[in-house]
Amino acid sequence: MFGNIDPALLIAALMVNSVPIMLAATGELVVEKSGVLNLGVEGMMIMGAICGFVTAVVTGNPYLGFLGGALGAMALSAIFGFLTQVLQTNQVASGLALTLFGLGLSSLIGQSYVGIKPPATGDLPLGPLKDIPFLGEAVFGHDWMVYGSILIVAAVWWVLKYSRLGLILRAVGESHEAAHALGYKVTRIRMLAVLFGGALAGLGGAYVSLVRVPQWTDGITAGAGWIALAIVVFASWRPWRVLAGAYLFGGVSVLQLNLQAAGSVIPVEYLSMAPYLITILVLVIMSSGRGKAALAAPACLGQNFHASR
Amino acid sequence: MLRLEKRPSPSAFWEKASPFLAVILTMIAGGIMFWILGKNPFEAIRTIFWDPLFNDQFASYSRPQLLVKAAPLILIAIGLSLGFRAGVWNIGAEGQYIMGAIFCAAAGLAVYPVESRLVFPVMIVAGALGGFLWAMIPAILKTVFRTNEILVSLLLVYVAQNILAMMALGALRNPEGGGFPGSRNLSQIPAMANPELIAGTGMHWGVVAAFMAVIAGYILLQRHILGFQIKLAGQAPRAARFAGVSPARLVILCLGISGALAGLAGMFEVTGPAGQISIDFNVGYGFTAIIVAFLGRLNPVGILFAGLLMALTYIGGELAQFMLGLPSAAIQAFQGMLLFFLLATDLLTNFRIRLGQRKAA
Repeated sequence: MFGNIDPALLIAALMVNSVPIMLAATGELVVEKSGVLNLGVEGMMIMGAICGFVTAVVTGNPYLGFLGGALGAMALSAIFGFLTQVLQTNQVASGLALTLFGLGLSSLIGQSYVGIKPPATGDLPLGPLKDIPFLGEAVFGHDWMVYGSILIVAAVWWVLKYSRLGLILRAVGESHEAAHALGYKVTRIRMLAVLFGGALAGLGGAYVSLVRVPQWTDGITAGAGWIALAIVVFASWRPWRVLAGAYLFGGVSVLQLNLQAAGSVIPVEYLSMAPYLITILVLVIMSSGRGKAALAAPACLGQNFHASR
Repeated sequence: MLRLEKRPSPSAFWEKASPFLAVILTMIAGGIMFWILGKNPFEAIRTIFWDPLFNDQFASYSRPQLLVKAAPLILIAIGLSLGFRAGVWNIGAEGQYIMGAIFCAAAGLAVYPVESRLVFPVMIVAGALGGFLWAMIPAILKTVFRTNEILVSLLLVYVAQNILAMMALGALRNPEGGGFPGSRNLSQIPAMANPELIAGTGMHWGVVAAFMAVIAGYILLQRHILGFQIKLAGQAPRAARFAGVSPARLVILCLGISGALAGLAGMFEVTGPAGQISIDFNVGYGFTAIIVAFLGRLNPVGILFAGLLMALTYIGGELAQFMLGLPSAAIQAFQGMLLFFLLATDLLTNFRIRLGQRKAA
């Protein structure tokens, strides 16, 4: 069944495929650690995808494209932050609104960009590492975002675990009343976390349209934002597990694409629904087992904070 | 300095008035968006909200469309509103809608070419059952394994879309269709069709069902113990538990009802306006219905009007596309914007806006 699939290429594709989900999930992890549930990841990702694509095509520079994608999604997340943090709206509903609006706005911006090829994002020159048999092809022949995303996961892990900033962020997420009493600006900290989450989701989205596909079509992210949300639960709000989760789902989607290409006996539709089904399965496993996932969730997740005193 | 002061109880005035304010604000923001797109904003707003109803040239075509488009939105939104009130977030109505359509088409086509009065009622039951069963997946996972119903119901939309593709290309493909994807045209088979009941009104069985759902939803919420429990569970989950309301039962009921209604909406659509199972048969009613439910303030009567208004933006959007070259995606963004403003104006219901610094207590 797997006979004609080259394992080195499979690992290489897995690493590329998991980047968008990994970035978006890491951003969402920070947002949720601060106590905010932003369900608009899909909307922010697709805004990042189109803003990044447009910037890259207009400037001809893929790196500016990633910046544009991050900024575009960040602008969208600012709307969410304003609604939930200042106007005290329901976070679930606001997140949904963000996704619906992002899907509409992205296809509006993107309609004159269908069928264009973006400037190529080059591979990172890693010199001799690339000549190592197998590993060179599988691990060391990627563009800078593949490694950048892993660095971002490491940085988020370090900041959350060892820095004062991370401690404050976690305090705000675990008990906003206590953090407020200690003099931390709950609203401001959450707002910044939301913007950070937006920027990472935008980077992830830009990676989809600039590297992974690479072109623009409506609905290009195809549920990746929702899978990213599921991965945060799967990871029990721990950064390294986000990495593991993203590779797992990257692996599943690469495998199903390869099986499709290899003309597997399994119908195409079963294969393309596999990533979603496996996400659900993993969610079920993680949330059962005496509610371990629920225990790991930040205590104030999804609750609004209004300083009454 | 502006500051917010929590109201002791929600303002009755703003609870009614805020949707209107949101619609007006959306028109203004939408007008700016259309202006940026290089269209005359006043003409665009008039084309979307006025011309479908009152323009001499188009009204005869577009007025009946209003009910056709509003019916599925209202049906789905009534179901969703029950869950949203209870804090059960079913956002996968699109998937339940697709599964309702597939079940109903499968039931109907299984007995093809039987011509019996019983075929259509059986298809109605099959449609509701399809949506119900699809919604039971997140419901059971939620009650047994505490799995987040938001993510599961949403992810199942993508699964349902793949099943739809599989059906349109495989099991349900029209054997006389020359190999083209898509099922037989159900609306042309007398026993299965969901025709216009009164010529020139757009009224079909789905519209009848939508009105019945509005009435049933109203009675349920105002006069039935279950409606009280739903509201209680949403507003005070702890109090609800002490009062003996079973959270698991509410999850099953809310998801079950909304799934069955979404399935029905899919059923009436595939036998009527859409006509057949095809790869892209669904057009996002399941997602737009979320906006409808909020625009109607999760209130059945409100949803009735919200559904009609949203249907108007669909029809007006098509008209604006045709007349002014306004891209169809602009309407989608416009609808999303409406939800933003709705949520934002909710602030006025729950908070007072005060000027100046707070006085010492």
